[in-house]
Amino acid sequence: MGIRPRKWTSLAIIITASLLLSVSSESGQAPAYRAPRTADGRPDLNGIWQAINTANWDIEPHAAGPSLVRELGAIVAMPAGLGVVEGGEIPYRPEARAKRDDNRRNRLELDPEIKCYLPGVPRSTYMPFPFQIIQTPEFVMMIHEYAGAARTIYMENHTEAPAPSWMGWSNGHWEGETLVVDSTGFNDRSWFDRSGNFHSDALQVTERFTPRSADTLNYEVTIEDPDVFTRPWIMSMPLYRRVEPNAEILEFRCVEFVEDLMYGHLRRQPDQ
Amino acid sequence: MNHRLFVSGHLVAALLMMGLVGATPVRAQSPDSSPANAYTPPRTPDGQPDLQGFWTNSTYTPLERPDGVTTEFYTPEGVAETEARAGAREAEQTVPGTIPDVHYDFTQFGLDRSQTTMARSLRTSLIVDPPDGRMPAMTEEGRRRVARREEEARLRGGRWDSAENNQLDDRCLIMRTAGPPMLNTSYNSNYQIVQAPGYVMILVEMIHDVRIIPLDGRPRPNPRVRKWMGTSRGRWEADTLVVETSGFNGKNPFNGSSENMSVIERFTRIDDDTILYNFTIDDESTWTQPWSAGLSMKKIQGPIFEHACHEGNYSMYNTLVGARLEEQLAAEEAAKQEPN
Repeated sequence: MGIRPRKWTSLAIIITASLLLSVSSESGQAPAYRAPRTADGRPDLNGIWQAINTANWDIEPHAAGPSLVRELGAIVAMPAGLGVVEGGEIPYRPEARAKRDDNRRNRLELDPEIKCYLPGVPRSTYMPFPFQIIQTPEFVMMIHEYAGAARTIYMENHTEAPAPSWMGWSNGHWEGETLVVDSTGFNDRSWFDRSGNFHSDALQVTERFTPRSADTLNYEVTIEDPDVFTRPWIMSMPLYRRVEPNAEILEFRCVEFVEDLMYGHLRRQPDQ
Repeated sequence: MNHRLFVSGHLVAALLMMGLVGATPVRAQSPDSSPANAYTPPRTPDGQPDLQGFWTNSTYTPLERPDGVTTEFYTPEGVAETEARAGAREAEQTVPGTIPDVHYDFTQFGLDRSQTTMARSLRTSLIVDPPDGRMPAMTEEGRRRVARREEEARLRGGRWDSAENNQLDDRCLIMRTAGPPMLNTSYNSNYQIVQAPGYVMILVEMIHDVRIIPLDGRPRPNPRVRKWMGTSRGRWEADTLVVETSGFNGKNPFNGSSENMSVIERFTRIDDDTILYNFTIDDESTWTQPWSAGLSMKKIQGPIFEHACHEGNYSMYNTLVGARLEEQLAAEEAAKQEPN
């Protein structure tokens, strides 16, 4: 035998160490969870998911705050949150930060959510509503309860966005345990939250969905938009499976809830 | 609209090429009959018959048999003529040379049906039962409900008095044909079907409506959880997807239906490019008997684009502004006429 027992031991240590290294460098955390597989051998992300945090109020760290509508008292007062932005602060360009602050002051008029507009990406993922992933080799669909927003993620035949849109144009691929979704083709009208954080139509979003247990996913998003930010930045949060046996996506068809707000001032007044 | 004649000539040729020349093959493809051929649809990895892809149910065949038509099927020449007439109506719905003609000419951008893939049929109506191709008689309760709705609409005032007085599709709330049952619109009658284990998902292009149909036999939610599109439950009967839907909220009535309507849809793929789509409507508080209709869904290339209807609904704002301005001008005019 060319290899003596002591050498076997050191070989085993080297192999183990390199395995551990490769695991931690791939996923950024250890120990890695291996999800159940779909028929084509991919991690199975099918299910109904939801974020449980206050990112839709403000993706940056924030204390609790009062409701913008006096009559609603504590009902829609803002809950505090530790934030989901890596490093805590979004790296705005100075003029962009001023616009964010202006958005924030005027959010009752400007937040697209108030008008029931499509939420854009990644806000759709952490709206306080469930969404369902329907996964096949060719498409991963994300169907959101809020406003019936639908995303088609093309896993094959990647193409460029044909035109700007609210939900963007998404191409996906698998990196081991992780679904990676690259999205471009956004318009400049959606926001990241109710606090005026915004982007331009140069937005590029890279999302990474990684199973971390049977009922949780890690969701990590890289935001690139050189017109608005000085560098790429990252948000991350867990997503939770809606484990109720009867969980299903219901309707939140909110257009009828906002018509009076949007068009009420144009209502015909009774004849004098 | 000279090119309309050009199109109609091609329609005849196309129908002849499609083999729609005799009753036998047409019957084999007609929506109400069981697929006569031995086509076996491909399977999804979890063993479901595979309905996936992009489809359209665009058609010129009306739901009800037109007045004066007594046969179940047109001749190929007859259907070419009716399609040409219907296409011409779509092209000529505006006055040539006017601004509306520029903005709403459906022949532009391939919006009119004759320029897109169509689910062609020799049928004179989508309704196959009752055999006269018309909806059955309404019950007394159904007639009273229709009259009540009309009276409520009248009391709400004119169409341009408020956003809420407009049609649901003009408000970008829901297409009246979003279904179920799913019927064609005048343009963009496009769908994407995706199947994962335990689910069939149908994305409707218009107003990005999505139907998620569970196949696991789960119970329906409490009847208080009513929905615009109802709650659907599906199952496979051999190679046919059967979807039963109830729990409608009644705010988008289908030809006068009540919120108690139930719909049974059957999707059967009969070749690579065709799904037969049949449905039966049961609403005993509205019609004296259940009734059934059907049409085909034809494969299209896709993809489907985002239809952000509400977000781009400039016409709602502009029309209401215009209506208020007209009232103001009329009031000023009336004030001028009054003696001082």
